[in-house]
Amino acid sequence: MTVTSGGTPGPGPDGGTAPSPGPETGTGPDGGTPPGGSPRPGAAGRPGTPPAGDPDAARGPDTAGDPFDRDDLPAPKGATGGLLRSLLRPRRGRAVLAVLFLLLQQAASQAGPLLVAYAIDRAVPALRQGDHGPLVAVAAGFAACTAGSGLFQYAFVRTAARVSQDVLLDLRGRIFRHAQALSVDFHERYTSGRLISRSTADVESLRELLDEGLQELVTVVLSFAYISVLLLWLDAGTGAVAVVSFVPLYLLVRRYRRRARVVFGARSTAIAAVIVRFAETVNGIRPVRAFRRERANEARFLELNRTHEHTNGDASTEMARYVVGSRLVANTAVAAMVLWGAYRVAGGGLALGVLAAAVLYLRRLYDPIDRLGMFLNSYESAAASLVKIAGLLAQTPAVAEPAEPRELPVRTGAPGREVTFEGVRFAYRGGTEVLPRFDLTIPAGQTVAVVGSTGAGKSTLAKLLARFYDPTEGRVLLDGVDLRELAVPELRRGVVMVTQEAFLFSGTVAENIAVGRPDAGRAEIEAAAKAIGAHDFITALPDGYDTDVRKRGGRISAGQRQLVSFARALLADPAVLILDEATSSLDVPGERAVQRAMDTVLHGRTAVVIAHRLSTVEIADRVLVMESGRVVEDGSPAGLISGDGRFAALHRAWRESVVG
Amino acid sequence: MPGEDATTKDRSAVRSLLRLWPYVRPVRARMGTAAAVAVVASCLGLVIPLVLKWIVDGPVAARDPGGVWLGALAVLGLGIAEAVLFGLRRWLVARPLASVEAAMRADLYRHLQRVPVAFHDRWPSGQLLSRATGDLSLLRLFLIFPLTFLFVNGVTILVGCALLLAQDWALGLVLLLPVVPLIVVCGVFEGRYALAARRAQDQIGDLTTLVEESVLGIRVVKGFGRHRSQARAFREKAGRLRGTELVKARLLAAIWAVITAVPEVAIGAALVLGTVRVADGELSAGTLVAFLSTALALRWPVDSIGFLLAMSQEAATATERYFEVMDEPAETGETAPARPVPGTAPAPAAPGPVSAPGPAPAPGSGSGSGSGSGSGSTLPGGLRFEGVSFRYPDAPPEAAPVLAGIDLWIRPGETMALVGATGSGKTTLTALVPRLYEASGGRILLDGEDIAGMPRERLRGLVTVAFEEPTLFSASVAENVLMGGAADAGPGELDRALAVAQAGFVRELPEGTATQVGEQGLSLSGGQRQRLALARAVVGRPRFLVLDDPLSALDVHTEALVEAALREVLAGTTALVVAHRPSTVQLADRVALLSGGRIAAVGTHRELLRDSAEYAWLMSGEATATATGGVR
Repeated sequence: MTVTSGGTPGPGPDGGTAPSPGPETGTGPDGGTPPGGSPRPGAAGRPGTPPAGDPDAARGPDTAGDPFDRDDLPAPKGATGGLLRSLLRPRRGRAVLAVLFLLLQQAASQAGPLLVAYAIDRAVPALRQGDHGPLVAVAAGFAACTAGSGLFQYAFVRTAARVSQDVLLDLRGRIFRHAQALSVDFHERYTSGRLISRSTADVESLRELLDEGLQELVTVVLSFAYISVLLLWLDAGTGAVAVVSFVPLYLLVRRYRRRARVVFGARSTAIAAVIVRFAETVNGIRPVRAFRRERANEARFLELNRTHEHTNGDASTEMARYVVGSRLVANTAVAAMVLWGAYRVAGGGLALGVLAAAVLYLRRLYDPIDRLGMFLNSYESAAASLVKIAGLLAQTPAVAEPAEPRELPVRTGAPGREVTFEGVRFAYRGGTEVLPRFDLTIPAGQTVAVVGSTGAGKSTLAKLLARFYDPTEGRVLLDGVDLRELAVPELRRGVVMVTQEAFLFSGTVAENIAVGRPDAGRAEIEAAAKAIGAHDFITALPDGYDTDVRKRGGRISAGQRQLVSFARALLADPAVLILDEATSSLDVPGERAVQRAMDTVLHGRTAVVIAHRLSTVEIADRVLVMESGRVVEDGSPAGLISGDGRFAALHRAWRESVVG
Repeated sequence: MPGEDATTKDRSAVRSLLRLWPYVRPVRARMGTAAAVAVVASCLGLVIPLVLKWIVDGPVAARDPGGVWLGALAVLGLGIAEAVLFGLRRWLVARPLASVEAAMRADLYRHLQRVPVAFHDRWPSGQLLSRATGDLSLLRLFLIFPLTFLFVNGVTILVGCALLLAQDWALGLVLLLPVVPLIVVCGVFEGRYALAARRAQDQIGDLTTLVEESVLGIRVVKGFGRHRSQARAFREKAGRLRGTELVKARLLAAIWAVITAVPEVAIGAALVLGTVRVADGELSAGTLVAFLSTALALRWPVDSIGFLLAMSQEAATATERYFEVMDEPAETGETAPARPVPGTAPAPAAPGPVSAPGPAPAPGSGSGSGSGSGSGSTLPGGLRFEGVSFRYPDAPPEAAPVLAGIDLWIRPGETMALVGATGSGKTTLTALVPRLYEASGGRILLDGEDIAGMPRERLRGLVTVAFEEPTLFSASVAENVLMGGAADAGPGELDRALAVAQAGFVRELPEGTATQVGEQGLSLSGGQRQRLALARAVVGRPRFLVLDDPLSALDVHTEALVEAALREVLAGTTALVVAHRPSTVQLADRVALLSGGRIAAVGTHRELLRDSAEYAWLMSGEATATATGGVR
């Protein structure tokens, strides 16, 4: 196997998203009409075609500013339409059925006036002659129409709901799975708030469109079509006036769309700012209280809230403007048609009955104008949301799963595996080099401690080994197999990383430990907890292992969380274990328990330990001292301590602090 | 989830919605005008057909072109009036209702900053956020549309019915007959739909929480290759939501079918009956036509009631969800509620360990050492815990209290380290000092003054805290640090605080101390954040300083530098420092050992190493030979 040439360009773990003055999170959980984000001004943020071969190219060129800051991930041309089509295609049978139900329902309910006319023109004279037939026909027809109207209404609502819910389920799942598949690097740059708003608010705005918007649209189009045709059939002149009146209506609609887009964009930005401030306050409530930030926060929040209020008002005003304009056009057209029609009747050019019918239909012609406005509302916001979702889905995972995964060689004897960094270099996407080219081999079963100051590249090394990132050049091998060729389950049987932030998911303590191995039984979970010294505190919780960590009495301290996340790692039982500052909040006994566990339960595994605390180093077989991305010292702890290098100096300082 | 138990029986949509009145009150004039305008506009809409009829029957029939002009002008005038009135209605309410929404959101925000911290422990932020955004804009939409139109359409229907009855009361009665069953059906629907709507809203909250967690915990998910099981959990929850939504759709479909079909049946019956009577000559054809056109004109108002009710129902549940949070009592006034003074008499025996003579009375302040034997509680000065007990307000009653009688005195100027096993309640104890939680019993004195009687504002000015989890806000580095100081703190203080925390790295940030950090800015490493949080805690030179494991994320080298600088700060303040490691303990003059909810021992590091087996175990991780009693 050859070194993959070029490798994947660095995913750029420059977690530093530069300051973003006005992130436009498309967060518009704005009830009925979620605000649509405004499409980008100009093409500044939209690169033409992504350079081939760069999996992260969809982010756009660096020179155009960081699209992440503007929450403006460009989607390839046509991606939005493609997304909508791909969502609807599997359900097109049902969707067609829904439209059909709606057509029938409309036909049934529009038949009323015709039956009235029939009753008066035919049934009454027939009845006078003793013929009950036409009346019975009217009654039967009406009953049929009523039943049809009701039934088709019911069928339509249910079918349409089924389609729209299936689409939403599909879309929600896609967003979720895609977000989970994207690399850690991506998540460091795309804030959690944005992902949440993508999968809630933006999905919600599509729901509005599917639930109500499409029905509005079909109804509007049907009414316009039915009635225009009827009018043209009744009287070509009147019909022509009606058709002509569509021109100013169309212009109005276009103007409204253009303006609404701007207003919705502004509103979307405004609500996003409100949400960010709100979430930050709620999540940081302790420091807020302790540092008496309440008033300062309130002042800022009021300002943001007022901006949102203002844009909200703008949006409503825009709608008011549209309603006035379209109604004026419609009512003027009606007046014109009446005038002209009546004139011709008066002059004998038109039959009276025709005018009466035309006039009766005229009013109905413009009824759906308001609904058209509502449809446009939901369409604009759904379109804006879809653009954002498509932009997210267009992101390719920088750390991709292999197309043809390989298996790790079967190991006999010790459970550890050999780790090799082969000509590995790592640089940020911008080109800043974090790890210059290096080679490193960690024999199976060895425990390696990596020390060095902040920014020395320790964590990057660990993340390359855990395959959170892929190297810019070279390969990382596990028993001779490139990590990039391992499927996720195989990779995680091989390498598991425990990080400093010991995140607990909602659920019970047992469930949280079982993250390490979901099929583990209670006994195994408890054994893992015991091995790490977490059993005692867990059993002291109100419901023991079944205590919900987010519920009553489930408060768990930072140190206890780290123990739980260790228990996960024990349960996962990997061949290679990476601990990245995983003991920072533990007290000394806790740290000792971890070390004991590594000596017993995890004995024989390969381990890479990054720790500030040199006590951890004592159990290592080997120490790597890193500085500016390079390994500057490499040796056994004893050997390094006895020397006079950096590690020896660090160790002396540490001994002094411990002995005090 | 807090929402689950919210569907109480006596809920009523109307009662929920009535609670909106205080917010609607300020704009009631505008809303009333708007409703009146809408009614007038609707009625104008009903008049236009009458004019049309007049044209057809009058001038057209009479071949009178002048009359035609008049009629057309009337139609035009009415049309313009209708358009303008509808626009006026929207314009009238557009901004006021946006302000109602904004006011409710501002109130919610203000309230959330004032409810006890324990409340936030219980409520996931996603649930609060969804109330502040989705629910509130739902309410705005409700006020804009359904509220007005339930009224307008109601009036239109009533007027229409009156017209119908006036035209022919027998036919009118036929049409009105289905009203009663419709009301019953709507009532049943309302109840069932409300339940489903509430369930859906809560399930969306759950789904949001799952999304939030899977993003925040992405390193765990990736580290263990669990994204498939996360996706499964998501699919299950999303599937459940879909199920609820389909239930909602089924209810809606049924009610819409009933609401469209039933009046239609009545119209059909009226048509047949009317036709027979016209044939019998009892009724003129013109009346029948007029009657039926009026009936047909009422279709939309009647049809619309279904979705107007549904929207109102959702607005009602949104209101409920909103007030669930607003009803949570805020922290009362300034003083804490009365609570039992420690059952034991004024801590007669307790001071035993507390007053273990500290050999290093605080440098710089002699007031404490002057009466150092610590008998009597009248002694001024320092930070004093007297029989302080604490249990979380939401803890099950049978659970043991976290803190059960803490007696501890930190003399003025002294630095006390607080040591205890993982989960022994150290962080909880520190949270009591700035009254983030209220002690359940006992009292805490700052320079002799009970903090329960102090305005929180002043208390929190006296005490500053550096939390275990260093949270930075979306603001510049300078703002984040200076928020710990006085309002007029300037660059001098900033530099000093950054120097103490060894936060020189900020100079290398893109814009130095003006660089934005926090959720919306540059993401810093744990160690960097911790140093900024420390700088924030010391910038104001507080009288009392509480540090919760302030150096955990620092590397050895930086830790040593911070310790050296911190020593000088600590010399001038009374401090309580939670410590996990010997190196942090070195900062302190004395050490208190927290065990079993009590202070088990107080003394210098050396004394405790010698005398307390548990302390020795905590500091070295090995049971000492001298005493094993305290070891688990």
